[in-house]
Amino acid sequence: MTKKTPFSIKRRTFIAGSGAAALAAGVTGFPAVLRAQAPDPVRIGLVHPVTGFIAFSGTQCRAGAELAIADINAAGGIQSLGGAQLEAMLADSQGRPELGASETARLIEGGAVGIVAGFSSAISLATTQEAAKTNTPHVVDVGVADDIVNRGLTNTFRFAPGYGAVAQSAVARLDEINKAANSPAKTAVIIHEESLFGTGTANLMTEELPKIGIEVLSVIRHANPTRDFTNIALQLRSLQPDLIIPANYYNEYVLLARTLRQQRIEAKGIYSVLGGAASNVQFVQEFPEAAEFIMDCNHWYDPNSEVALQRRAAAEAKNLFYTYEVFCAYNAVAFLADAIERAGSTEKEAVIEALNGSTWDNHGMPYGPTEIVNGQNQGAQAVNTQVQSGRIEVVLPAEFASAEAVFPMPSAG
Amino acid sequence: MVDPVILIPSLINGLTTGALYALVALGLTLIYGVLHIINFAHGALLMLALFGVFFLNQIFGIDPYWALLIVPPAMFVIGYGLQRGIIGKASHGRDENILLVTLGLSIIIENMSLYFFRSDTRTVDTPYSFEVVEFAGAFLPLPKVIAFFGALITAGLLWAFMSRTDLGRAIRALAKERKGARLVGINVDHVFAMSFGIGIACLGVAACLLMPSYYVNPQVGYGFVLIAFTTVVLGGMGSFVGAMIGGLIIGVVEAMGGLFLGDSLGQFGIFAIFILILLFRPTGLLGHKA
Repeated sequence: MTKKTPFSIKRRTFIAGSGAAALAAGVTGFPAVLRAQAPDPVRIGLVHPVTGFIAFSGTQCRAGAELAIADINAAGGIQSLGGAQLEAMLADSQGRPELGASETARLIEGGAVGIVAGFSSAISLATTQEAAKTNTPHVVDVGVADDIVNRGLTNTFRFAPGYGAVAQSAVARLDEINKAANSPAKTAVIIHEESLFGTGTANLMTEELPKIGIEVLSVIRHANPTRDFTNIALQLRSLQPDLIIPANYYNEYVLLARTLRQQRIEAKGIYSVLGGAASNVQFVQEFPEAAEFIMDCNHWYDPNSEVALQRRAAAEAKNLFYTYEVFCAYNAVAFLADAIERAGSTEKEAVIEALNGSTWDNHGMPYGPTEIVNGQNQGAQAVNTQVQSGRIEVVLPAEFASAEAVFPMPSAG
Repeated sequence: MVDPVILIPSLINGLTTGALYALVALGLTLIYGVLHIINFAHGALLMLALFGVFFLNQIFGIDPYWALLIVPPAMFVIGYGLQRGIIGKASHGRDENILLVTLGLSIIIENMSLYFFRSDTRTVDTPYSFEVVEFAGAFLPLPKVIAFFGALITAGLLWAFMSRTDLGRAIRALAKERKGARLVGINVDHVFAMSFGIGIACLGVAACLLMPSYYVNPQVGYGFVLIAFTTVVLGGMGSFVGAMIGGLIIGVVEAMGGLFLGDSLGQFGIFAIFILILLFRPTGLLGHKA
């Protein structure tokens, strides 16, 4: 018979008690030791429209941003902060500026060191303004309205070009292409979606095209979403422009291009500005015939850059279409991370100072090293692409070109 | 000034588009007419049907028109199951419950689609996607012509079913007088579920006819459901013929509005009609007073 003492304890009870004590000690007694081993993560807020009418683009942006975070973490994180890992804080603007703003505020309250947002111009205007209230560094990934960086917000940075610069390039290069073919294009119709991006781009093009001798016959605005482009195609048939210039989001572009083909509408050129098939791998793969010879002036990587090609291969290995949203968001995150690295701090002022002084060049874009003036990267530029034999080729500027422009486009027969 | 040369083609285009709107609205009006349910999940279920057509094409190579043999019956089963499993149970409570349930269903279906199918826009490229029929100076895409006649045939079949079969008569009896129908031995729960199933099967037909000329993504239902509600209100809640006429009118108004006012204002005309009908003829063109 076992003799019991007042302090006797069973073996199982002891083990359980020890385990509990060890757990309690782990939770309360040693966090300082654990923290010393792994620095606090650096939280980056990603605000994108992953649902709603531009969900495809928003999802692509998020995927690009997450790829960048994964790559930076795999390479050892932020070295100047002891290898701190980047951590994504995700938010969905649903394509609505007011939601983008409230989600930005939520992420900042939750500890985001910087914000990368928001795909559309209207959303970017709202998210940058919200981040400005707390002077939180904000890098715009795709929003192209010039007002985003022209409002004097010191927290706002844009690595990619705005539509003012893109429209000027688009017009100058169109002039170059047209003149090289003995100026066959004399008239154009602009078809644009009705939000800030499409309207702003259309206004700029309407102003600039007459300066190169191209008359704008009509500017046709359409809603998002638009279910049917037959009316617009019929108007094009009536107007018979030499050039069709679309500026719209992916879904509408797909329908427009299909309708043009169905309605047998032909022009000397389909020349998109910041939209369109020529710079969307998915469209080119799914509708190679409709996309053939379409030109676009848009965000695009340097086809001769090893960095860009490696990133493209990595993205495609993950079954991602390597659209401009993916690499623009990737670079926006990497640009911000580079600034945090150089700042050696997550203090907002220090990061903003580092962003202003950035000379980052590991981006694979046709930009050269970063040079920020009033938040805008001065070297950022769009390139001209054209679909040729089912491939997206860069046709201008010549220093980045992978093929020569085909203009006027051959008849589909 | 609009070029008269494009008026007739635009009118024809409006009619073909309107027939598709009518087809989507047919199911909605059937469900409202019999069950008195305003089904906010109609757009989400249309999206589900479109994805069904898309995946049948991508995985098994089934043409969207052959999918008519699979998708509408599958949608019928889904509709029947939803009515017996969720909507029927919720409809025993207050009227608002059912609105919230269908709204909740719509959100669940869309978010699950986003999760499983991603937000990519998908299209089906068929050998006839770019074929056109020339008529009165208009190039009519072959898929739209097929959709137009498909919608008319579906509406005709549905009308024949409702007027010539026992089940159709039971559905109509139930729509007119629930208590009386129950008293004469109609299995109310079964007929309700059949009605809901048939309404949702109409979406399956619409999806098969739409897919060759349209696209699908998890948000695609939104645009259609608003138009479908307007169509049903315009035609008269619960009226098949009204839904057909309403759909055609809306298609033409949208096309003409786009032509005269610009595309982004084309839908202005539709909603102006919606408000005017609500103000001056709330029962719709062919609806009856309750």
